[in-house]
Amino acid sequence: MKKKFNLKSITSSRETSLVIVLVLLCGFVQFRNSAFLTPGMIENLFKNYAVTMIMALGMMCVLLIGGIDIAVGSTLGFSGMCASLFLRDHTQMPAIVIFLISIAIGTICGALIGLVISYGKVPPIIATLGGMYVFRGLAYLVAKNEWVSAYQFTDGYKDFAQSKYLGFGLVNNLIIITILIYILFFIFFKWTTLGRKIYAVGSNAEAAEVSGIKIHRIKIMCYAILGFLTGLCGAIYTSLYASAQGDMGTGLEMDVIAACVVGGVSLNGGRGSVAGVFLGALTMAIVGRALPLIGVSQFWQTAIKGLIIIVAVILNVLAQRAIDKNNLKGREM
Amino acid sequence: MKKKLLSAILCAAMLASVLAGCGGNGGSGSSTGGDANAPAADEGEANAGDDASSPSDAGDDAEASSDGKESSGGDASYAILVKSAGNPYNKKMIEGFQEVMDAQGATCVVKEPEEASAEAQIKMINELVAQGISSIAIAGNDADALQPALEEAMNQGIKVCCMDSAVNADSRQLFVNQAGIEIIGETLMEAVYDITGGEGQWAILSATSQATNQNAWIDAMKQVMEDEKYAGLELVEVAYGDDEYQKSVDQTQALLTNYPDLKVICAPTTVGIMAAAKVLQDESSSVKLTGLGLPSEMADYIGADDTHSCPYMYLWNPIDIGRLTAYVSLALVDGSITGASGETFTAGDLGEYTISEAADGGTEVVLGPPFAFTPDNIEEWKNVY
Repeated sequence: MKKKFNLKSITSSRETSLVIVLVLLCGFVQFRNSAFLTPGMIENLFKNYAVTMIMALGMMCVLLIGGIDIAVGSTLGFSGMCASLFLRDHTQMPAIVIFLISIAIGTICGALIGLVISYGKVPPIIATLGGMYVFRGLAYLVAKNEWVSAYQFTDGYKDFAQSKYLGFGLVNNLIIITILIYILFFIFFKWTTLGRKIYAVGSNAEAAEVSGIKIHRIKIMCYAILGFLTGLCGAIYTSLYASAQGDMGTGLEMDVIAACVVGGVSLNGGRGSVAGVFLGALTMAIVGRALPLIGVSQFWQTAIKGLIIIVAVILNVLAQRAIDKNNLKGREM
Repeated sequence: MKKKLLSAILCAAMLASVLAGCGGNGGSGSSTGGDANAPAADEGEANAGDDASSPSDAGDDAEASSDGKESSGGDASYAILVKSAGNPYNKKMIEGFQEVMDAQGATCVVKEPEEASAEAQIKMINELVAQGISSIAIAGNDADALQPALEEAMNQGIKVCCMDSAVNADSRQLFVNQAGIEIIGETLMEAVYDITGGEGQWAILSATSQATNQNAWIDAMKQVMEDEKYAGLELVEVAYGDDEYQKSVDQTQALLTNYPDLKVICAPTTVGIMAAAKVLQDESSSVKLTGLGLPSEMADYIGADDTHSCPYMYLWNPIDIGRLTAYVSLALVDGSITGASGETFTAGDLGEYTISEAADGGTEVVLGPPFAFTPDNIEEWKNVY
């Protein structure tokens, strides 16, 4: 009797179904290449995919209110490029200033898109499609079509992504930042009024408006949050790779949205959790990281990546259906 | 009321971005003293850049441009179409092309697609044909896909040559080869041999699996490797980073994990070599790197000691490719060459060139052997390109 109960609770949670997929995936890769689950490899994984993981949280905010943002790749390119150019021309600036500049630019870009969507009543996909081209064009323009090279970055900036001083010498700075942001957002969505308001707007906008929530403000705020995190990632990206190119982050929006979808965030809004997004982003990171390790042909890697996304989503939907069924049963009784 | 104001502001913002876009095109050098369609943008360009080389009334009066100029600089206009925007290598190539055209007083049109795809290039070729351009110099994103568009251009009497990355023999009259494929293969193999000390495992990190030039070089290296001298070397894998930074990093780290005995990575692509250099240096790996890369991007990683990941690497001078391509375009249009094997022409300071048969059945001119960037000369080159 007891055993059956456990089984039920496992299959009826979306997050646990993802955890199972992840464990199976990791187990398979580990079996094929024992170098996969080593501390160095795991650190590299989190370091290189910190950008995707952080941006997935922002994307979740936007997806929760029923929106979408496909301009994030361009916003990252633009904010990261501006910050890098500033650093190139003012080499005495400490890394933190550069990060703040990038964050500020990202937030402004996000808020602008939010304004256009909420007050201009433009559908999110159209507004961000426009934003995608505008910000990408601006990234080329401000850089005058040039790159910022490794030798033009200061050592302090380049070392930030490689050193561990925020993690007290134990964990890489970027990983600490990722963890802190995840904890912050977990609290934000779980226990703050503002966080719950976002869910309210996403599940039923009209009801939320009637109950006194200022929908426009929430919408702009969500896009600004995503912009904020994207700006932060712009700085992380340039610091990590010690290079700024006009086309950096191209196609990143798809990875970020995929991470959210795999993590169980509904594209219709109102549904999704921080834990789910974490697992979704982790899945994307592991897939991107593991496939080159197990000797899969280069040509198959992209296709397999897509296949894994689809399988994860199907499993997720099945789990969700089981939950809904259970809930309905409860109501009937 | 509020709504009206908002829509007015939105319109204004859109207009501003459109204008900014035009200005950007002008800035990237769309024309030099010719009859450009956008007078405002052109004026700014002429004032900013080259008062000396272009007569101020050339834009207003087409006849004026024939005054005191070579016949080739008349109403002929020469287009250069690179792989994509936002890449300093392409930019330097354009710079060289423009420099020669400016000196000849010829009109030059620069086209840079937003993305490095054949589709974007086909669209631009069609635009150029419609404009009635005299010649097109193209760096192909695909060897075969551009054939219909380029053949159509040639049927219209437009001279077509390509540089940097060749289109197939039927789609061009002449290929300006940055360095013979064999020379690059030999040079890179020699570098791998030298750095490994003659034996051990090595791997290649390439761009996309479809890139024409990458594959030609890799094949050439494999061919060179069949020689007895290289018997001790084992090529363990050709990895593809798709010229994306993150993917190249992933592939490099996978190579390091999968082959603990790896000695050298050879990356004949500018993004790949940069990503690999950063990974190797950050992890203080004993694996060394060589290949083809931009000096400015690689300056931090080139050094003879163990703290640097790349002892030396190669590249040709993209400015010189642009220059040579410009001379080829001029010669094709004024009829002094037709693109047949055996013809010779003079390319300004670059000297005398002879057209030869290319491996793909077409014809080519070869710029010269690749240039080595070493710890000794990188400091002066990193500021050049």
